[in-house]
Amino acid sequence: MDKSLQVILQTFEGKKEEIIPILQNVQDAYSYIPERSMTDIALFTGVPESQVYGVATFYAQFRFTPRGKKHCMVCRGTACHVNGAPRILEEMEEALGIKQGETSEDLEYSLETVACIGACSLAPAIMVNDTVEAKLDPKKVRKLFGRVVANE
Amino acid sequence: MNDLIAYQQEAASVWEELNSNDMPLITVGNATCGRSAGSIDVVEAIQAETAEIGIDCNVIEVGCIGLCYLEPIVSIQKQGQPMVVFGNVTLKQVKKLVADYLVNDQIPPKLVIGTIGEEKIGDVPKLFELPVLKPQVRRALKRCGFIDPTSLEHYLANSGYSGLTRAFDVGPERIVEEVKLAGLRGRGGAGFPAWRKWTFCREAESDQKYLICNADEGDPGAFMNRSLIEGDPHALIEGMIITGYALGASVGYIYCRAEYPLALERLRLAIQQAEENGLLGVNILGSSFDFKIKIKEGAGAFVCGEETALIQSIEGERGMPTPRPPFPAVSGLWGKPTIINNVESLACVGLIMQNGAEWFAEYGTEKSKGTKTIALVGKVVNSGLVEVPMGISLRELIFDIGGGVPDGKKFKAVQTGGPSGGCVPEELLDIPVDYDSLNEVGTIMGSGGVVVMDESTCMVDFARYFLDFAEKESCGKCVPCRLGTKQMLTILEDIVEGRGKPEDIDLLEELGEAVMAGSLCGLGQTAPNPVLTTLRYFRDEYEAHIYEGKCPAKQCKEFITYHILDSCIGCGLCLRNCSSNAIIGEPKKLHWIEQELCHKCGVCYEVCPPKFFSVEIRTGELKEEPA
Repeated sequence: MDKSLQVILQTFEGKKEEIIPILQNVQDAYSYIPERSMTDIALFTGVPESQVYGVATFYAQFRFTPRGKKHCMVCRGTACHVNGAPRILEEMEEALGIKQGETSEDLEYSLETVACIGACSLAPAIMVNDTVEAKLDPKKVRKLFGRVVANE
Repeated sequence: MNDLIAYQQEAASVWEELNSNDMPLITVGNATCGRSAGSIDVVEAIQAETAEIGIDCNVIEVGCIGLCYLEPIVSIQKQGQPMVVFGNVTLKQVKKLVADYLVNDQIPPKLVIGTIGEEKIGDVPKLFELPVLKPQVRRALKRCGFIDPTSLEHYLANSGYSGLTRAFDVGPERIVEEVKLAGLRGRGGAGFPAWRKWTFCREAESDQKYLICNADEGDPGAFMNRSLIEGDPHALIEGMIITGYALGASVGYIYCRAEYPLALERLRLAIQQAEENGLLGVNILGSSFDFKIKIKEGAGAFVCGEETALIQSIEGERGMPTPRPPFPAVSGLWGKPTIINNVESLACVGLIMQNGAEWFAEYGTEKSKGTKTIALVGKVVNSGLVEVPMGISLRELIFDIGGGVPDGKKFKAVQTGGPSGGCVPEELLDIPVDYDSLNEVGTIMGSGGVVVMDESTCMVDFARYFLDFAEKESCGKCVPCRLGTKQMLTILEDIVEGRGKPEDIDLLEELGEAVMAGSLCGLGQTAPNPVLTTLRYFRDEYEAHIYEGKCPAKQCKEFITYHILDSCIGCGLCLRNCSSNAIIGEPKKLHWIEQELCHKCGVCYEVCPPKFFSVEIRTGELKEEPA
């Protein structure tokens, strides 16, 4: 078993109810859920692998490919939607050269949409790692991510 | 108990000292909204600037006072003067603010919002007299934005945990009785009377009972619970201990979204502080009551806001609802009686015990008592978090408190209750905001999200947006929900993309009714609401798409074209920004758009300087389809 996974599992007791917190810790450590780790979690908690996989794939938080160093989440909440989130997503896809759900080849950026980050008063908003970028417009997006375009 | 009373007294004197000593008190709104606007840097800049000038002051970080559109917000209280609240204090403004007000006693007119306190300063308005705040009644949010949420002392000094001591004095039966007298209905959405739900659980016999706080605020466009937790976390903890005591539960869970990192951090600290001070743990305040609180982070599933799905999720399963009965109050978490209450409901329990049932029921309507926190967002000038008495009209909420629609545009509709709610048109704006009146017009109170839309929002696209959400979030257990939302979404996509057929409208209604009737949980039972209410009030927009090839809001790409008007002076801005090379023209000469090449991204419309206003969006000028 992978060393860092072992360290994570040591902090748990091996109960079924811990599957989601374990997966959350694994994703924090690896930036995604490696397939192999789900087998180990299944052994550790004593539930079938299929069930761990079922839980992991049910929740939107978990991803199965590594994310970029800068993980960009475009909010698709209602307030963001009426304030132009679809246009922000378009602009982000163009600026980063990747579609939603993808990670750039150099692992610098990944892009996805999220349900609502709760920054509704500052819509449209995105979250880059833990930082919220608010009151965006296409111009601001180009400014924030212009670097990428310049490199291409 | 005596320890707590001593601590409360000590906290009160610390608070008094903070507010009355000769050092200026500076508070900075540092909740998620403040942080998004740059408040962390502002705090540092204020500390650096005052240190450099040599002014001793207390700088504390507080939660959100709800005026999110004015963040970062900085308030300064000098000895013997009212507190002055400043807005839009960005990093650049800090130096000026410190020099002008702290040093020279001059209030910068561009930054000041209002004052708090008895006295007035010049012609600066009083904060709570402003149109945005005057109709509000801040009770659940009273401390938000005024105390340091990381300080137990600040909470104690502002009547914190006095509800708990009273609860222990009067005992469980009396607590339930007071909550009943107060008329508290669940603030999470359905509005079920809290005391009645509790009674089912109290009457169930079991060696173990659980209390779960639902902080999985999943409605897109809602952030009331987040702000409350970030600004006043102990209010929730106190409410939970009281409720746990009333129910005879010894374990409480807070199921909070992982997307709220700051709220989680604040909760963890508050729980730790409560444990260290004997407010959580065994023999709380010397009584025989034991209670502990555990945090469970949600993992991003809207359906987990539904009680039975939430329980499945805590147990480590896929969050899929189970049939009721048995209701969780009788058989919930691990088969034990379990009460699930929303954050605001639990905070209200604390308020009721602190101030009494009569006080709580002073505001509100006959059947909906008290106040309600509301996230007022979308196309509205003063967007933010508000707390209003139940029964206020939607019009007052949007136009008096919210300040109406920005940019001179026309109001079109308001959506309440998130994906489960519906859209209300202008002619119904005078209905009161309470559980039953909103139900009558086809929407729901929900958890308190209110999204305002103006003439540029396409109602068909808006319905499509919510169905897209419902389709993605459907857990897949019930066929009508899993496949019905998918079919409805496909039809709506057809309509907004120009493939709508006359029979689609009837089909949408038929499908909507089937999904509502055939789904197990609230998600499916309410998912068609956004479609059905827009069909009820905005059918003409659907018909315009299907029959006339028009999108009245000029939003749906299939139905619009961009045109450059004669007022174009050929500045070339649009040409340089157009990514599809569809704009043609020479410098200083009229440009035009080659419609064949245009991708309708709208960048030309965005960049054209307002003084020329040369790009126009037209609808209903579709090219003839090739035969």
